[in-house]
Amino acid sequence: MSPDFSRRKLITTGIAAAAGVAGLGVAARLAQRYGLVPPDHGGIYGLGETLTYASQRLLTRHSLAREFSRSQISKPPFANEIPPLNEAYKRLQAGGFADWRLSINGMVARPASFSLDQLKSYPSQSQITMVQCEEGWSYIAEWIGVPLSPVLQAVEVHPQARYVVYFSIDPDWWESIDMSDALHPQTFLAYGMNGADLPVGNGAPLRLRVARQLGYKSVKYITHLTVTDSLKGFGKGLGSAAPEGGYAWYAGI
Amino acid sequence: MSRVRATCYHSCVGDSACIPSAASAVPTTTVTSRHSALVRVTHWITTLCFLALLVSGVEIVISHPRFYWGETGNVLTPPLFKLPIPASRNLVPSGYGYVLPDQNGWSRYLHFQAAWVVVFTGLLYAIFGLVTGHLRQNLLPHGADLSWRELLRSIASHLHFERPSEAEAWSYNVLQRLSYLFVIFVLFPLVIWTGLAMSPAFVSAFPATVNVLGGQQSARTLHFFVSLSLVLFLLVHVAMVWLAGFWSRMRAMITGRAATPMERT
Repeated sequence: MSPDFSRRKLITTGIAAAAGVAGLGVAARLAQRYGLVPPDHGGIYGLGETLTYASQRLLTRHSLAREFSRSQISKPPFANEIPPLNEAYKRLQAGGFADWRLSINGMVARPASFSLDQLKSYPSQSQITMVQCEEGWSYIAEWIGVPLSPVLQAVEVHPQARYVVYFSIDPDWWESIDMSDALHPQTFLAYGMNGADLPVGNGAPLRLRVARQLGYKSVKYITHLTVTDSLKGFGKGLGSAAPEGGYAWYAGI
Repeated sequence: MSRVRATCYHSCVGDSACIPSAASAVPTTTVTSRHSALVRVTHWITTLCFLALLVSGVEIVISHPRFYWGETGNVLTPPLFKLPIPASRNLVPSGYGYVLPDQNGWSRYLHFQAAWVVVFTGLLYAIFGLVTGHLRQNLLPHGADLSWRELLRSIASHLHFERPSEAEAWSYNVLQRLSYLFVIFVLFPLVIWTGLAMSPAFVSAFPATVNVLGGQQSARTLHFFVSLSLVLFLLVHVAMVWLAGFWSRMRAMITGRAATPMERT
């Protein structure tokens, strides 16, 4: 161990450490710029969440959720337990959902409010995909509806928009997704299931179906969408009700 | 320092009278390193991550302690088997009259965070092991040890709870080598694969990873069994460390120093 050797080692270590810190700084700036940092990145689990979201965003930007054959549709159809529905819902249900509206505002050129019939006037599509719950169970169903993308086109989303926040008629239930998922061809405003109207237990009359994420992102009974460039102003600023209840915002895992 | 350590590995492997010959290269004669710093650090990071993954994994299973085969499974479909434990969700007919508190939120955050850390740690270890020859020298069994006779002899000596020889304080025996290689290169990759095969976003990009396993619920069931195998390894590993001399083995894995024959006498 000559003094020369240890000095050289010290300098090399110093340079490596400086490069490491600078590299991390650049990585963080780039990640922020390319939308690779989830809104719930703070706290002790922020590292894992950011790695999961960033790596999956890079890997799955255009990938499609697996679709199944009609014979693989779960029989009997499954519906998770639902919380007791409120008075506003019951009134609309009594009227056969004729007065159900989906309003869209925020960073759009033409804020609008759609009736179910207006949504159904868009070409309808269907997908046979799997709903996976974070608890471990799953089922396959056919989802019928209109992809969110043409509806967002109709209201003319601003180019700087980054997220779509969506709200259920149940005020405790709201979620958000990034534009990559919002414009994804399998993200549906679903009004039908397995060849019929959407059952109440599965979110009648309107559910946002997000095929590449866990079930809790597919919010039932949706009435309102807001397009935004920042999630800071919503709730506690963590992105949605899920992280406020202790669950990850990004549920593609 | 590292040169001395590397020489020490060479001279000690399978050598029962293991007084480090390379020690004469430096003035102090007590330089005896059993485990390199990188092996020790990655060992304990992996231990911490594994415990975090185990606790959080148990919590996640409690929310639905039923297992299925194929693509889908829920309370309306027959399970492959169910664990005889209460559940943390009232949706599951567990047979118990009560529901455990729901701990899924933080458990999932912790599970995936620990998974990331252990994956990076494992990669670092594997690259280090290949570059320095650690895997080849210390984990790959010697050709002569791989005969059935040698294997049976080693198994018999384990079954008789024979205390390990002096040489084994310095080098892994053939059963250790085979089980460590199996855990590192079979069980860990399998548990990562079956975990990723449950991710709806990951399989949208790589559908074959779940299709070859027989479906998403099959992946979940396999993930459970691979995890169970890792827990079994942990129990045997700790038991063997205990039988071989808990404090000397712990000291070797924490400080890197092992008791030499000279120190013992």
